[in-house]
Amino acid sequence: MSADLPRKRIIGYADKLSLAPGETIAFKASCEDIAQYRADIVRLVCADLHPQGRGWIEEEIATPVSGSYPGREQAIPVGSWALVESALGLCSQSLTVALQLWPTTPHKGEQALLARMDIAGSRGWMLLIDDAGAIALRIATAEGVTTVSTGVAVQERVWSFVGASFDAASGAIRVWQRPQKTWPGHDATGDGEGSARGTLDTAGLSLGIAARPGRVEGPRRFCLDPCNGKLEAPRLYGRAMEAGEALALQETAARERSLIAAWDFARDTMGERVRDTGPSAHDGCLINVPTRAMTGHNWDCSVMDWKAAPQQYGAIHFHDDDIADSGWETDFALTVPQGLKSGIYAARLVAGEQSDHIPFVVRAPRGTATADALFLMPSASYLAYANEHGAIESAGAMDAFSGHLSGLSAQDLLLGERPDLGYSLYCHHGDGSGVAVSSRLRPVLNMRPGVTNAWVGPAGTFPWQFNADLPLVDFLEHEGFAFDVATDEDLHDEGLDLLSRYRVVLTGSHPEYYSKPMLDALDGWLQRGGRLMYLGGNGFYWRVAFHPEIKGVMELRRGEDGIRDWVSQGGEYYQAFDGAYGGMWERQGRPIHALAGVGMAGQGFDISGFYRRTAASRDPRAAFVFEGIEDEIIGDFGTVGGGAAGIEVDRCDFAKGSPPNTLVLASSEGLSDLYYPGPEEIDNARPFMDGSQNPNLRADMTFHETAGGGAVFSTGSIAWIGSLSWNGFDNNVAGVTANVLRRFLDPEPFQGIGKTTT
Amino acid sequence: MDAIDPARKDLVEEFRARPVGRQSGDLRRLLNTMRRHPDLPPYILVCTRPQREWRLASKPAGRGVTTTLLDHPPFHDPLEAEWQVFRLRWKALTGEDLPHER
Repeated sequence: MSADLPRKRIIGYADKLSLAPGETIAFKASCEDIAQYRADIVRLVCADLHPQGRGWIEEEIATPVSGSYPGREQAIPVGSWALVESALGLCSQSLTVALQLWPTTPHKGEQALLARMDIAGSRGWMLLIDDAGAIALRIATAEGVTTVSTGVAVQERVWSFVGASFDAASGAIRVWQRPQKTWPGHDATGDGEGSARGTLDTAGLSLGIAARPGRVEGPRRFCLDPCNGKLEAPRLYGRAMEAGEALALQETAARERSLIAAWDFARDTMGERVRDTGPSAHDGCLINVPTRAMTGHNWDCSVMDWKAAPQQYGAIHFHDDDIADSGWETDFALTVPQGLKSGIYAARLVAGEQSDHIPFVVRAPRGTATADALFLMPSASYLAYANEHGAIESAGAMDAFSGHLSGLSAQDLLLGERPDLGYSLYCHHGDGSGVAVSSRLRPVLNMRPGVTNAWVGPAGTFPWQFNADLPLVDFLEHEGFAFDVATDEDLHDEGLDLLSRYRVVLTGSHPEYYSKPMLDALDGWLQRGGRLMYLGGNGFYWRVAFHPEIKGVMELRRGEDGIRDWVSQGGEYYQAFDGAYGGMWERQGRPIHALAGVGMAGQGFDISGFYRRTAASRDPRAAFVFEGIEDEIIGDFGTVGGGAAGIEVDRCDFAKGSPPNTLVLASSEGLSDLYYPGPEEIDNARPFMDGSQNPNLRADMTFHETAGGGAVFSTGSIAWIGSLSWNGFDNNVAGVTANVLRRFLDPEPFQGIGKTTT
Repeated sequence: MDAIDPARKDLVEEFRARPVGRQSGDLRRLLNTMRRHPDLPPYILVCTRPQREWRLASKPAGRGVTTTLLDHPPFHDPLEAEWQVFRLRWKALTGEDLPHER
């Protein structure tokens, strides 16, 4: 990295994202060349630094946190693997190790497959992919270290039965690899033989699967030589065998008297344990949440759901850049004082010109609401985009996509330098596979006030996600609306019980990722009279699952359809965390249109358009929306692309499920030709798909009443919130928003249009 | 990949007037050619003051690839950066200098 490039030297995260008064949140920081930093708690109101935005508005809160703290560097134990704690029963002088392997980076250097080897590499054994990409066995004794290799590189992304044995009496080593497929000139079958001297001593050594156990620092288990690829059915026996015998025993290992352990990854797929079906139950624990429910060597396309035939889904895909929990030491903690108002807060860390804000949400006291309106902060979407690498990795290719140069921030540069910070659900792992799991238990550098996305808007100038949603808080405060804040995770955990305390829910600009409990709760609440203000675009689009054991970890399968930066492998569309079919809600019979009146129409990242009112905006049912607003054009201004209708836009579509009583109050104009529909809109490509020619590519502002006396108002545009503060909040976007919120807060039920008439 | 036609000064003027947003089909094709041209530096901006100042840099696609600041005065307007990078690309592909001022 050039010496003059901006560098971020203080980063952190918290163990919680949202909490109520009386509860405690722990903050963890890592500093580079910073001896001391100051921390304070602040309430965030706005951080739209766009020249036409309201700028940085935060309020310092007096808490015991305020003070100076020593800076220290904390490492991240990156890489997923399985740890089996040391046990006497794992020890044997002679041994055979074997497994099924689908390697994805055979040429990256040494990668441990099964290992009981000390950190120095001077004691124990390890089955590995060696520097030549070949399967090898390493035996380390007091007499020295011996590595015997097949000398033939395994074939990338082809299942191979691989293994090795060591005979303690003779010192003989055998190693083998047997690919399922070969081609002329590409036969990765291989065998190796050799011998080692000395006596194996593995006492006290843990066993690693997909990596070699490394140093331990508090709760952090570091690994060495992590591998990339799918591993299945590792076996460990207490005598030396040849390849044929080990292969024959692979499915019937339990009957073999010398069996020490036989791990079956098809068991407990939703959790983080790997089960040993052998006589001693040497179960292991997974570290950093590798991707489970993966097709195995015997998957035959007859099933697509891992629950229907778990024996065909016995593989786990490990990645050397998986990270689920950084496990950092706590620097300071905050017990939220009673009476602290619900809102979006942050721990502000400052050391000279270096700073970081670690955001969190303070909810209303448990079981209560302090206002009738709830801002449902779309934290699942923040998690999906966490540490997104689009601009730092794609360079010029992003220019053509977005229609302008990208502008890298110090955060982007750090992400480019440090793969241990992990990736977003838009990224690929280093081995080329899609990132299906994201965690907030790591510094999420783009969920920060003031931080924009490098490729959204020229030079990355448009507020985006967390930073684009803060101006809604600013608007609500400025207009005097009382509100509570809760997160997607809260909704997932508490469902209808949470929403039932509120009359109105306001979304953020891009609530794209929804679990089934979240969607069911929102839908159920609407049917019971709730009022939804969907102030975003491309919402409710992907189905996700939250981890059943580890809070703050989320899974996505990019299957079947939708705008996908990667695509799940065939047969791997079902989520591991909850067993449900993953992918787009629209492809699962739950189109957003039925909920919100609108659904995803397309996206572009150069400019935004504006809305022109329709005749329906004069319908008496919608009179409250435009009370005091005579303008025909709505929102031809704003910090997100210069207009309120843009970036990702949704339209009304009765064929896709928009309720029949939906009023289209206004529709967008002025989108550019760099707006394109998502794949789900393109059943067959045609020449007039782009933004200026495609009548279906537009944002619709809609309103409809629900059967329970509730209602839904949707803007169908990511850019809407960025227009609220224009001209000191004196504008028609703020006017419409305030009009709708006032009426939605009124308990008077919406009557709608009565029964259908012909 | 389409060749650049140095005679199409109308496209230069169109870009100069509106570097970002609605553009003609011909200008869009010209920009696509420039932006993905394998022989041109992979230009990118590095933000040195949020929303206020940017430096020109080079960053090839890929992971673990160095970002290098280029010797160019800082920009204070993203659209000005678009014009100056357009000039650099035009010069490299046609040999012609375009006016510095936008």
